[in-house]
Amino acid sequence: MMHFLLLFSRQGKLRLQKWFTPIPEREKKKIVRDMTTMVLGRKPRSCNFLHWKDLKIVYKKYASLYFCCGLDAEENELLALEVLHRYVELLDKYFGNVCELDIIFNFEKAYFILDEFLLGGEVQETSKQVVSRSIEASDMLQEVSERPCSR
Amino acid sequence: MSPSVRLQEMIRVIRGARTQGEERGVIQRECAAIRAQFRQADNGTRSHNLAKLLYVHMLGYPAHFGQMECVRLIASPRYNEKRVGYLGAMMLLDEKQDASLLITNSIKNDLSHSSQYVQSLALCTLGCMGSAEMCRDLAPEIDRLLRASNSYIKKKAALCAVHIVRKVPELGELFTPASRSLLSEKNHGVLHGAVVLITELCERNPETLEQFRKAVPELVQIMKGLVMSGYSPEHNVAGISDPFLQVRILRLLRILGRNNETASDAVNDLLAQVATNTDSSKTAGSAVLYETVLTVMDIKSESGLRVLAVNILGRFLLNNDRNIRYISMTSLQKIVQTDHNAVQRHRGTIVDCLKDQDASVKRRALELSLALVSAVNIRSLMKELLLFLSSCPPELRAHTTSGIFNAAERYAPSQRWHIDTILHVLTTAGGDVRDETVPNLIQLITTATELHCYTVHKLYRALIADISVQSLVQVACWCIGEYGDLLLRGECEETEPVQVAEDDVLDALETVLQSHMSSPATRGFALTATMKLSTRITHNVDRIRSIVSIYGSCIDVELQQRAVEYNALFKKYDHMRYPALSTTALGPVSSTAGGDLLDLLGGLDVTPGETRSLPPSVIVYEKNGVTLKLQTDRQTDTGMTITLTATNSTDREITSLTLQAAVPKSVQLQMKAPSGDVIPAHGLGQVTQTVLLNNPNKVSLKMRVRVCYTSQDFVCQDTVQIDSFPSPAW
Repeated sequence: MMHFLLLFSRQGKLRLQKWFTPIPEREKKKIVRDMTTMVLGRKPRSCNFLHWKDLKIVYKKYASLYFCCGLDAEENELLALEVLHRYVELLDKYFGNVCELDIIFNFEKAYFILDEFLLGGEVQETSKQVVSRSIEASDMLQEVSERPCSR
Repeated sequence: MSPSVRLQEMIRVIRGARTQGEERGVIQRECAAIRAQFRQADNGTRSHNLAKLLYVHMLGYPAHFGQMECVRLIASPRYNEKRVGYLGAMMLLDEKQDASLLITNSIKNDLSHSSQYVQSLALCTLGCMGSAEMCRDLAPEIDRLLRASNSYIKKKAALCAVHIVRKVPELGELFTPASRSLLSEKNHGVLHGAVVLITELCERNPETLEQFRKAVPELVQIMKGLVMSGYSPEHNVAGISDPFLQVRILRLLRILGRNNETASDAVNDLLAQVATNTDSSKTAGSAVLYETVLTVMDIKSESGLRVLAVNILGRFLLNNDRNIRYISMTSLQKIVQTDHNAVQRHRGTIVDCLKDQDASVKRRALELSLALVSAVNIRSLMKELLLFLSSCPPELRAHTTSGIFNAAERYAPSQRWHIDTILHVLTTAGGDVRDETVPNLIQLITTATELHCYTVHKLYRALIADISVQSLVQVACWCIGEYGDLLLRGECEETEPVQVAEDDVLDALETVLQSHMSSPATRGFALTATMKLSTRITHNVDRIRSIVSIYGSCIDVELQQRAVEYNALFKKYDHMRYPALSTTALGPVSSTAGGDLLDLLGGLDVTPGETRSLPPSVIVYEKNGVTLKLQTDRQTDTGMTITLTATNSTDREITSLTLQAAVPKSVQLQMKAPSGDVIPAHGLGQVTQTVLLNNPNKVSLKMRVRVCYTSQDFVCQDTVQIDSFPSPAW
């Protein structure tokens, strides 16, 4: 399973953090610090896999954002790269040519999309279209419930 | 103004802050406003305030006062409020917070909500942060949803069940029946969830594993369908149909096939099919092939299939993608012991990876190359390893030299090759070799009797070229000291001889002695070598005498001590000089008066020593009429038993005799009880003590013995160093 998923910028600013195991707040901060230091310190042409404690770390840079996840040791790293890529595709479809600013100003949407793609650290839906349709439907429902007449 | 803009406005303001202090100020103001809003009655802005708080929380600021607001929002009938409330719960509440229990009831209600999107929120939150207690409470609900709901809910319920089983393993039994029937679903999301759930159940319960072995044919069918089906737009990733599902099925088949012939047999064909039909030009295909390889290697596959798997890994090694090369090597490392021959076939590619740009790939290639060394390929592989050593990254050098030495020790085709290899390593990376290299090399050279001439020539050449590598210089000095006569003779069968005069050799040794690059240990070697040459040369003994006497007043205590002893050899014991310094003579014996136990133990590793065979019993201490002899009773290549015998030639008895000993770090010492502590006078009796030495690492054996006794009312204490032991009595 995936233990956590982090998105951070080149300057180490956190843009999204999803934790799939219960961890104290202080330790979360430490993990974020460790991840940003390790990943930002990698040479440009290194491979995308690292070891940290007993976890495999898989990361990929998309434009100005680093997508970094921590996995159990028996996970398939190449598949994890596909998972990260799928998430980026979903964001891209939703926001239309997604960029870091989209994720900053609409962070809650980024979480909603993630929650339709992963659940409990595992992939819940393997079809891009199904995920996109679910998000659209949820957004529609949200819009309806926000209107004053629906009180 | 739409409330959502206020959130984005706040984000803009925070980002506009020019300093950390300014940001803190903005956030404090906003948090105060949010807190005030939370206290008010429902005014339609609650969800946006919580969203603002969640943003602030992500920046690293405390947000615990929002926890109760999450609970309230989750209980709201409005979807937009529930949505943010549940998001807040996942971010701010974890099972350690008391407030998390308060949402259990809301979740329970929402699990049966008429809108599947509300159900989805509840499922997602439970699966993300549900505590054991919440899981126990809600498990029956989840089981109900697993059986009777639409596929949107079923897939989420399956993963929620996975979370529950992780938290409360006993609940696995509850979900087993439902998960079995999920395998007949067509929906990929549900199927994927089902496979993950079944995997989790099987990993935790051997009985469940046994049950699910019956599902292997069904799983094989599903997999075949995915691999052989045509293009499916909904699930296609780079030509692979649903790689996520394929990988999970392969992993489940691995767990079911492990240690089970029947199950393994049933999947052999499938694995071969997947291996040959999957296009690995993109990551998705490679991910599936990788999982296939892992499965093949872990279950009881036919040997042909195993070879196929190793060949896939070999192909991966040639892939442009660095990630795939890395994966291949980690996998090969795991199987190199069990499938040695199959991996050997790819040795060429592996060795090429030593030249890869990526440091992790290089490291893996080194490990693999060392694991692949055998008697057959030692010569060619060593060439590659030595080439690698000359350009390898500094952090890998120690490991490389160590690996090369191990390989050379095990598979050296000839002594000359062995010596050459070690010398090559010392010349290239002499600063990164382990400590025992010098004594080990000396040992090796000693035993290679036909090569003494060759070796001393080679080492002399190396010495005059460069004196910066301490290990090399030490061995060279020792060798010149021992076999200097062969060097001066000017003839050699194995290599081009040098025409060297005595002065040249002494010049070389003196350069080492005087150079600031030489460590104290190295100087010790050079001085001893110079001294030994006094018996091997004819014309320059005076020059040696003067060098030695100069060092008699050297600041370095070790060096000074040696020089003083050597001087003594010249002056008082000149008749002993030849026997003492010839190649089969005793090693140097030193004694220091007084000193702590720390002295006894310290310095043993620093002083270089030699292990040679000598006459049966040797006197190691002789003072004040007390003589201590050492005899080797028994010797194996990992230890020895020696006996120390003390006698007394004075006319009064010696009392309170104690012997203490210290040995190098990796050697274990056991001193048996002495026969007594009184030595009768006039040599009429003796005290013996047996010492057992265990030397598992076969390091060069040295020992320091401290002798304490009372003689004529004086307490005496001395320490002797024993560098070489006599050969056994039988």
